[in-house]
Amino acid sequence: MSDANFPTPKLSHLTPKDFNFIYEPAEDSFLLLDALEKDHEHIQHIRPSICLEVGCGSGICITFLATLLKSSSSYLCTDINFKAAEIASKTGKENGMNIQPVITDLVNGLDLRLKGKVDILVFNPPYVVTPEEEVGSKGIEAAWAGGENGRRVIDRFLPKVPDLLSQWGLFYLVVIKENKPEEIQRIMKEKGFEMETVLTRRSGPELLSILRFQRSHQ
Amino acid sequence: MKLITHNFLTSNIIKGVKNGYPLGILPAKVEVKDVEFNPAFITRMLPKVDWVALQKAAKECGYGEGLPDAIKDELMEDTDFLKKVHNALMEVEVIEGKLVCPESGREFPINNGVPNMLLNEDEV
Repeated sequence: MSDANFPTPKLSHLTPKDFNFIYEPAEDSFLLLDALEKDHEHIQHIRPSICLEVGCGSGICITFLATLLKSSSSYLCTDINFKAAEIASKTGKENGMNIQPVITDLVNGLDLRLKGKVDILVFNPPYVVTPEEEVGSKGIEAAWAGGENGRRVIDRFLPKVPDLLSQWGLFYLVVIKENKPEEIQRIMKEKGFEMETVLTRRSGPELLSILRFQRSHQ
Repeated sequence: MKLITHNFLTSNIIKGVKNGYPLGILPAKVEVKDVEFNPAFITRMLPKVDWVALQKAAKECGYGEGLPDAIKDELMEDTDFLKKVHNALMEVEVIEGKLVCPESGREFPINNGVPNMLLNEDEV
């Protein structure tokens, strides 16, 4: 977990009832926080002005990013679940951070104006392998339902990444082995992006990885 | 919804809408909250901000005074100017209200400070 310099955001304002509606942070969430902390010097080095988390859920991750960068950046986040967006705003406030949520599908309504401007892009997607019918909810199922290979939502988002990221921008993605990270690496390489695996951790049956993408500058 | 967020929202997601920018603001409840002023951040953000849209949005929220029509280079060194930009971008917040597509008139609600850009199936 995070050390004393970058404390894990408090979630004491949330109750078990809230987790009927939004995703309760779990090992995947905390692994993502650990990866951002591990990378914090690299992140600070690019002097981010705009950080964007897609599918923010409770807001724990974008809030943690705000803890790393403080007033030196801005923090936007989206969620298709309106309760998540409202809770993310509260999570930011409870931790003294200024988080700006938007209720939307992925980055709809933001991608035109954010073209080439996102410095830190983060997505903990619905990665669980599920039947196709479970994909496309606006409620809590949207947090995990990933369809075939858990890739339905990831594959909808990947084509948007090259347009969103700034020249030195970084994209962090949470995946499990079933999502075929090697295939994602190939897809992104064709779009001109290099991939690194920042952290890997087994949590029960899941083998989680945090992937980081940046433009190839060769 | 702070005006920095408004500056990046477009309604071109609606079928038939070409640009959808800037969205009009119909504020019902606006608050101004103290946010830490970071002049280096404001200086970095300014080139990414659509200045005309910010000016218009600030006016619609009742906080447009003091923002010049154009930004001259010297202004970037002027702390008072940067503080005014900071106030408009980061401190003015629409808590309740509506965003309006400039082409179709379609309204998007803002509740509890959060704008909702989700569309119905027939609008996509």
